[in-house]
Amino acid sequence: MELLARRKLTNQVALGMSMAAMVFGLFWLAWILLTVIQLGIDGLSLSLFTEMTPPPGAETGGLANAIVGSLILVGLGTLVGTPIGIMAGIYLAEYGRYTLLGRVTRFVNDLLLSAPSIVIGLFVYAVIVATTGKFSAWSGAVALALLVLPIVVRTTENMLMLVPGSLREAAFALGAPKHVVIRKVTLRAARSGVVTGVLLAVARIAGETAPLLFTALSNQFWSLDLNEPMANLPVTIFKFAMSPFEDWQRLAWAGVLLITLGVLGLNIIARVMFRAEKLH
Amino acid sequence: MQAANQSKQSVITGPTQIAFRNFNFYYGEFLALKNINFEMEKNKVTAFIGPSGCGKSTLLRTINRMYDLYPNQRAEGEILLNNENLLSPKVDVTTLRARVGMVFQKPTPFPMSIFDNIAFGVSLHEKLSRAELEERVQWALVKAALWPEVKDKLHQSGMSLSGGQQQRLCIARGIAVKPEVLLLDEPTSALDPISTSRIEELVIELKNDFTIVIVTHNMQQAARISDYTAYMYLGELIEYGVTDELFLRPKKKETEDYITGRFG
Repeated sequence: MELLARRKLTNQVALGMSMAAMVFGLFWLAWILLTVIQLGIDGLSLSLFTEMTPPPGAETGGLANAIVGSLILVGLGTLVGTPIGIMAGIYLAEYGRYTLLGRVTRFVNDLLLSAPSIVIGLFVYAVIVATTGKFSAWSGAVALALLVLPIVVRTTENMLMLVPGSLREAAFALGAPKHVVIRKVTLRAARSGVVTGVLLAVARIAGETAPLLFTALSNQFWSLDLNEPMANLPVTIFKFAMSPFEDWQRLAWAGVLLITLGVLGLNIIARVMFRAEKLH
Repeated sequence: MQAANQSKQSVITGPTQIAFRNFNFYYGEFLALKNINFEMEKNKVTAFIGPSGCGKSTLLRTINRMYDLYPNQRAEGEILLNNENLLSPKVDVTTLRARVGMVFQKPTPFPMSIFDNIAFGVSLHEKLSRAELEERVQWALVKAALWPEVKDKLHQSGMSLSGGQQQRLCIARGIAVKPEVLLLDEPTSALDPISTSRIEELVIELKNDFTIVIVTHNMQQAARISDYTAYMYLGELIEYGVTDELFLRPKKKETEDYITGRFG
């Protein structure tokens, strides 16, 4: 009996500590969300999406150029990074699982995954911006693609590894060549996981500031020219939040709210997709 | 070993479908199957029994060269399929696997519709019109005794079926390719008793069209459905014979010990 009582107590203590840890984590998240909403909600208006970033002291102004610029940069970065990442992930999981090249690639990819984004930014600065002599949107897209790449490689590989070997064997047992097995069976079985990985990578780069600071820089004006600096939300937020002008600060908070809601939305979509497929 | 070698001449009475000759199999340096010699009869059910780790699954998986997928696994000797050595480097494994189908322990439906699950293998080897393909899918599902249950939901996911239905789907998928041989690797060990008995009935039905080789942990199952039984132990073929005789009058002491449950 005494043993049982002690077990119950241990169980309650463990449960209590886990709950406390969870509350601690959620507390900060809730606080961040609350603050962002409180300070950003003021700046939310239609003009945020229709008007350009204003000079300080102007009566009106929005973030239209930064929003569109961010969409373009993130879109291009994802478009470049995703196919390469998926193919590299397929190589690691299906072809190079036991090979030296596979092991080396996996190691290098892990390094890239943990490389600070400012390092990526400076690298692209040195390789593209310094050699071409100007900041440009496409150098920003390259920097973002380099951030997307290792995340997509990692998740693609992991999701393919989760596909049971028996499913692979079953497809081979029907006389399917390897590329058919991968395209029609394993990749399809891992599809929702791979898409989730891509969405999380998009969420990750949506708020990256450091790599854009050295590449796409920013732009006061509306510009869709990929050879010119391009406005984007993170750098604009950085610039506006550091300024002494109140209207700029308000726009910065509105931008922060936009990014937060965007990333939150992407994460929720990723969750829902992953679960829907699992239940299927 | 001696007995197995001798029995090979006398055991089967009909035409030979598969023959093992001086066959050895290695996992790396480890000799997993030792000097296997026997023949399996066409349009019969041959069962491999034996304790875990005896090599019965390994032996089964050599017949469609499944081991090719893994580095460090290697075979020596000959496996003759209709007198053609399937270990020869000239043999194309994808064609071989169209002739030798396989069903696994756990049901493995592909993440696609019931129809596509079956069409998948067929389309790999034959160019059929849509109508011919539909006819083939129906034929396979009827053969696998699954048609009445799925005929109205061919475009639903194969994963939505029950375990027993999934296993019959996998059997349908295997026979849709019209193989000569069907390998069953403990096909009922993950199923409930009712699904198991349906699969057993199915196996007996299917031997009219295919030569069937089945690995089973369940001796009663081997006794119920097989014509010939091979008892394996520690990588050796200890005894091979007509199922009823092997179970009623085993020639070897080891076989008797195993089937009477004294060990294993």
